[in-house]
Amino acid sequence: MRSHANPIFQQEELMTAKTYHISDDCRYGRTDEWIRLDGTVARVGLSDYAQSELSDIVFVELPSVGTQVEAGEPFGVVESVKAVSDLFAPVSGEIVEVHENLEEHPEWVNEDPYGRGWIIGIAPEDLDAIDGLLTPEDYRAYIKERSEK
Amino acid sequence: MTDAPRRTPLYARHIDAGARMAEFAGYDMPLVYSSIIAEHRAVRSSAGLFDVSHMGEVRLRGPQALELAQRLFTNDVAATPIGGVRYGLLCLEDGGVVDDVTLYRCGDEEVFFCVNAANIETDLAWMREVQQKTGLRCDIIDESEQTALLALQGPTALKLAEALGRGHMPVPRRWRFAESELAGLPVLLSRTGYTGEDGYEIYARAEHALRLWDALREVGGDALQPAGLGARDTLRTEMAYPLYGHELERGLNPVEAGLERFLAFGRGFIGEDALQRAHASGPAQRLVGLLPEGRQVARSGYPILAEDRIGTITSGTYGPSVERPIALGYLAARYAAVGTRLEVGVRGRKVPCEVTQTPFFSRKS
Repeated sequence: MRSHANPIFQQEELMTAKTYHISDDCRYGRTDEWIRLDGTVARVGLSDYAQSELSDIVFVELPSVGTQVEAGEPFGVVESVKAVSDLFAPVSGEIVEVHENLEEHPEWVNEDPYGRGWIIGIAPEDLDAIDGLLTPEDYRAYIKERSEK
Repeated sequence: MTDAPRRTPLYARHIDAGARMAEFAGYDMPLVYSSIIAEHRAVRSSAGLFDVSHMGEVRLRGPQALELAQRLFTNDVAATPIGGVRYGLLCLEDGGVVDDVTLYRCGDEEVFFCVNAANIETDLAWMREVQQKTGLRCDIIDESEQTALLALQGPTALKLAEALGRGHMPVPRRWRFAESELAGLPVLLSRTGYTGEDGYEIYARAEHALRLWDALREVGGDALQPAGLGARDTLRTEMAYPLYGHELERGLNPVEAGLERFLAFGRGFIGEDALQRAHASGPAQRLVGLLPEGRQVARSGYPILAEDRIGTITSGTYGPSVERPIALGYLAARYAAVGTRLEVGVRGRKVPCEVTQTPFFSRKS
């Protein structure tokens, strides 16, 4: 779509896509969660793209340890200043850890989405299910596709 | 509305600064540069710079400009001194709100209104309709396209402006404006704002906007934070300032919105009779401030509940300065007393909340 530009500006190419950090050691869901397997537990968080889209996260509603989650089903909620968003489980399994520090420091999801911004740990029912998720390359293309819409 | 969003003269600066852009009122506007909370706090603690060039400016000029303005505007035009600014409403005969605006009194035959971007066309149509009905003689001039508007807000705003004023700058008092010069460019400095902080709203010619923005950024350095519409919204919500389309619309009136102090009864503005009746009988619903418990945000459209649904949230956010969720909403008048305990339906759950005094934020000085 062409913009109705102010006559002072002719440069349509000013619209440069923001660059997002896409961690190479994760797989990604189409709802912008990352998942990283370490032994038998996979940690899950929000991608840099997702935290950037939400901006200013002020509350993370965490599930309880022991909850069973299904792939694609919501397991929690993030509230940012401007929006509320569900968190979806990338794979099925049991939640074996929740990042309780986020109750005091929800901004960690913005500051370090792949590190101390992790949200839950899942013991996946099927470890191979992770391989069926988006690779970093696929996810990068998927973001690009959406930001060009 | 199939038109692509319009751009302000400062669009390139927002892109350069890495702003996340979003469409607002038909304009592609900066929503946030880095963090809404950081931008909000900068405005409360030092200064922020907003591009609000999407706002409209409509000038009335001619022998009966003031009379037409007074028919249109709920506050007192005659009592507004030349060089003075007043907040008020444009109302329909039934008291419904066409727009909320500021009136600038420029002279005995000239005023201009600063109007909401989303309402520029409807305001113009309404003004022309009223002019046609009343036969009051003046020109109605839409200057929105040629006018840029920057808001320089925060405790250090005046000092920053002074640094660009080269010594001979008039400093208007609160709710006053003055023609001036910043960085050698002609501007209209208005000591007003939408943040609860001191500062200026700076009107300039569109072709000067880039130079003015750059000069302000240069003099402000790291102590002047570009701020987007996200922070503008959290700042105004903490002050419980209404936003048209949320707290105000044609189906709502200023008595319900608690804006009686901006109604100059006796001046003959359109809607006066209906609003006087609403004032006398007391409105059936009122706009209130609400403090939801916990950390979930009660957002626009969420229901307010007693036994049954008694109202609706119109604006809700996390208040970065009050460090908690805050909300505005309309509810049945009998529940509007400060301290009333109610609930908000937040995504299927009931969250306790309490009617509270506004503004939510007040400066402890």
